[in-house]
Amino acid sequence: MSDNVASQLALPPMTTPGSGRGLLDVLHRRFLLKLIVRKELRVRYRGSALGMAWTYVKPLVQFGVFFLAMGVFMGLRATVPNYAVYLFSGVVVMNFFGEAFGNATRSLVWNAPLINKIYLPRELFPVSSLWVGAVHFFPQLLVLIIATFITGWRPNILELLAFVLGFLIVAVFSLGLGMLFGAVNVYFRDAENLVELIIMVATWISPVLYHWNLVYNNFPVWLYNIYMLNPLTSSVNLFHYAFWYSSIGRPVTLPGGAQTLVPDMWAWAGAGLGIAVAMLFIGQLVFRKLERRFAQEL
Amino acid sequence: MATTYIDVADVRKEFSLRHNRSFKEFIVAALRGKALEKDTFNALDNVSFTVDEGETVALLGFNGSGKSTLLKCISGVLTPDAGSIRTRGRVAGLIEVGAGFHPDLTGRENVYLNGAILGMTEQQINDTFDEIVAFSEIERFIDTEVKFYSSGMFLRLAFSVAVHSEPEVFLVDEILAVGDEPFQKKCLAKIEQLKGEGRTLVIVSHDLNLVSSICKRGILLEKGVVTMDGPAPDVVTHMRGQE
Repeated sequence: MSDNVASQLALPPMTTPGSGRGLLDVLHRRFLLKLIVRKELRVRYRGSALGMAWTYVKPLVQFGVFFLAMGVFMGLRATVPNYAVYLFSGVVVMNFFGEAFGNATRSLVWNAPLINKIYLPRELFPVSSLWVGAVHFFPQLLVLIIATFITGWRPNILELLAFVLGFLIVAVFSLGLGMLFGAVNVYFRDAENLVELIIMVATWISPVLYHWNLVYNNFPVWLYNIYMLNPLTSSVNLFHYAFWYSSIGRPVTLPGGAQTLVPDMWAWAGAGLGIAVAMLFIGQLVFRKLERRFAQEL
Repeated sequence: MATTYIDVADVRKEFSLRHNRSFKEFIVAALRGKALEKDTFNALDNVSFTVDEGETVALLGFNGSGKSTLLKCISGVLTPDAGSIRTRGRVAGLIEVGAGFHPDLTGRENVYLNGAILGMTEQQINDTFDEIVAFSEIERFIDTEVKFYSSGMFLRLAFSVAVHSEPEVFLVDEILAVGDEPFQKKCLAKIEQLKGEGRTLVIVSHDLNLVSSICKRGILLEKGVVTMDGPAPDVVTHMRGQE
């Protein structure tokens, strides 16, 4: 029996096939995750001359349109100093959210041939979408940093920490939502359309284009509180704090008299992180429940 | 006493016959307070057997008997609706030729991707890469995108990755049908080698002669039910008698 497989190694235990440990399994299959991310990027830009350069083109055009419409025509430039940086630091958050959440929702349907035939932890697909989203996020972040640096950005430690926290919140929140809607999308393709709608609305229900003060002045307090509970709003606030606040010299109030920073920004951010983590738990829970029938529904 | 590597106990697998169920229908049914009418059939019904270490088992049966469903349940792709399946060690399935191969990636990239999917580490793939390519005999085309491959080349590479992933349990579904005769012979030699190493094999094929020469044991499925479990040649004879 010396040439026997089993006797060479300690005998592995009996396990139930197809029952993983969810996101934890993804941690153990990092090499596979890396290859899937590389595949997604390759497939996305196949036959494209500009390739990854599109990651710069799209947000810059979007930024140009918003800047012209909101900053110039609507005159937001007058009340929000250095409006270009203010706008762009919110736009990068929303792009990352849209990219990660939208792709995670579609990731399982896209990878149907794989899910149908080979067992692997299916959480790999939403996680790889998040990673692909991050790959597209960092070039934009670089543009943002250069722009804000030119306009006088000199961040302190706390502001840099705000960036890390803001990034974490949007990453965790997109993954949670992506797993939830991705799993539902296997059964009802309606989820895809709903998600597109959510992504479209998201930019407008966070202070990306306008100052938070407008919401405070026009909404009753309870609605304002709900608005602030949105984890994306906290992410955008933290990004403003990290990339915009020091570039305008950290004033207490803006030219129009509005308070520059959201009161209790860190407390809202804490709540936002809590909601994002809760979303991740819900997403994983629903994902595991629905996962059992993925292969036959796709 | 031999060690059990696959344990299938009272497995039932149900498939629904209607898939294009809209959200509207679902909500209407929910509002009316009654469940959607059941429209299912059992692809597998009360299937039980165990496979021990080093056994070579052929799953036999005519089209639609549930062989592939059973294989997918063992590999973990499908989850049974009742009963339990347990396996020991790493299970690799060649459920379909080139599953997990992406047409837009090169042969080399696909070897890495597929190897990783089958549970190999980066180190293991690096170490066996040359062997995998040599076995598939497509050295010249390894950096060509797979979409330009012929189906034979595709099969060779896919099979080659799978046999080099060294799983404890190897599931093969109808893949020996493709490929020319020399390559088939090579595959059979490789399968013999895996057998010799004491690995457990479960094979699905309609090539009854081939199967009865490779496998010692045959399990016959008819409409999702195991109707015979014995030496492969006997099961094949029984099947032919029915035709």
